Amino acid sequence: MTTRDGVAAAERIEVTSDQDVVRVRQLVRATAVAVKLSLVDQTKVVTAASELARNTLVYGGGGSVEVLRVENGRRAGVKIVFADQGPGIPDLDLALTDGYTTGGGLGLGLSGARRLVDEFEIDTEAGRGTTISVTKWCR
Amino acid sequence: MDRVPVLKIGDILLVSIQIDMEDQVALQLQEDLAEKIVATGCHGVIIDISALDIVDSFVGRTLATIASVSKVLDADTVVVGMRPAVAITLVELGLSLPGIRTALNVELGMELLAKARAELDWEAGDSGDDEDEPAVTAP
Ligand SMILES: Nc1ncnc2c1ncn2[C@@H]1O[C@H](COP(=O)(O)OP(=O)(O)OP(=O)(O)O)[C@@H](O)[C@H]1O
Ligand SMILES: [Mg+2]
Repeated sequence: MTTRDGVAAAERIEVTSDQDVVRVRQLVRATAVAVKLSLVDQTKVVTAASELARNTLVYGGGGSVEVLRVENGRRAGVKIVFADQGPGIPDLDLALTDGYTTGGGLGLGLSGARRLVDEFEIDTEAGRGTTISVTKWCR
Repeated sequence: MDRVPVLKIGDILLVSIQIDMEDQVALQLQEDLAEKIVATGCHGVIIDISALDIVDSFVGRTLATIASVSKVLDADTVVVGMRPAVAITLVELGLSLPGIRTALNVELGMELLAKARAELDWEAGDSGDDEDEPAVTAP
């Protein structure tokens, strides 16, 4: 399914390597441009996607990322769904705290990504995996 | 895997990042730069990120590590050319890049390095050991 401007309404990338994280960034950028997000909002959503895709790879042991064009009447936006079947996040509040990391990072990916988008939903269960959806709307 | 070139221009190493780096490429750059600083004895590093349309926590952390490692190897680092949208996004992400010197473009970066070096030489020549060198700050 493709739209007039040639960017598919939904596209999926399997994330199993560093290179796939780059592909996610590029796809999110192209979609953000297609729905006409402002430059700053494009930058924010691509950065958030980069953080979450890397978490999917590093902590989730790989997974999939789906990028969708969405609309709610008057506004267009980009929605991205990150899914993995990894270990899940046992303490979500803790994981969402700035500076909390179990991997020697800065612990900013999850909490920072949440600040950069308009909608942020997370569904995680120990042993089952993690699914995170984020949406950025045009202003 | 792509590799980011490191150029020697006079007493300065210039790195111009022109690609969307995979994490491995960023780590390789960190190593290449450290080796080049030692091999050339350069006292200044300029990293031009004007072509980067995002800086996420991984790249931010890599820049901070490069600055710290360079300092230990007696070289100052200046990051130049950050786009406004990238700066806004970085701050919202929670990465303020403390300890990283920045300038608007390569030319101003070179001036900053020359000034820093001149001050250092002046201090060394003028008053031996009455003031400690600033400690290296970890990222
Ligand atoms: N998909 C996931 N599956 C399991 N655990 C996760 C997942 N995403 C994040 N986490 C957990 O949440 C913690 C915080 O994630 P966050 O992205 O904020 O920080 P980080 O990846 O450790 O560091 P940074 O992203 O700043 O480099 C991680 O250290 C990890 O323990
Ligand atoms: Mg992370």
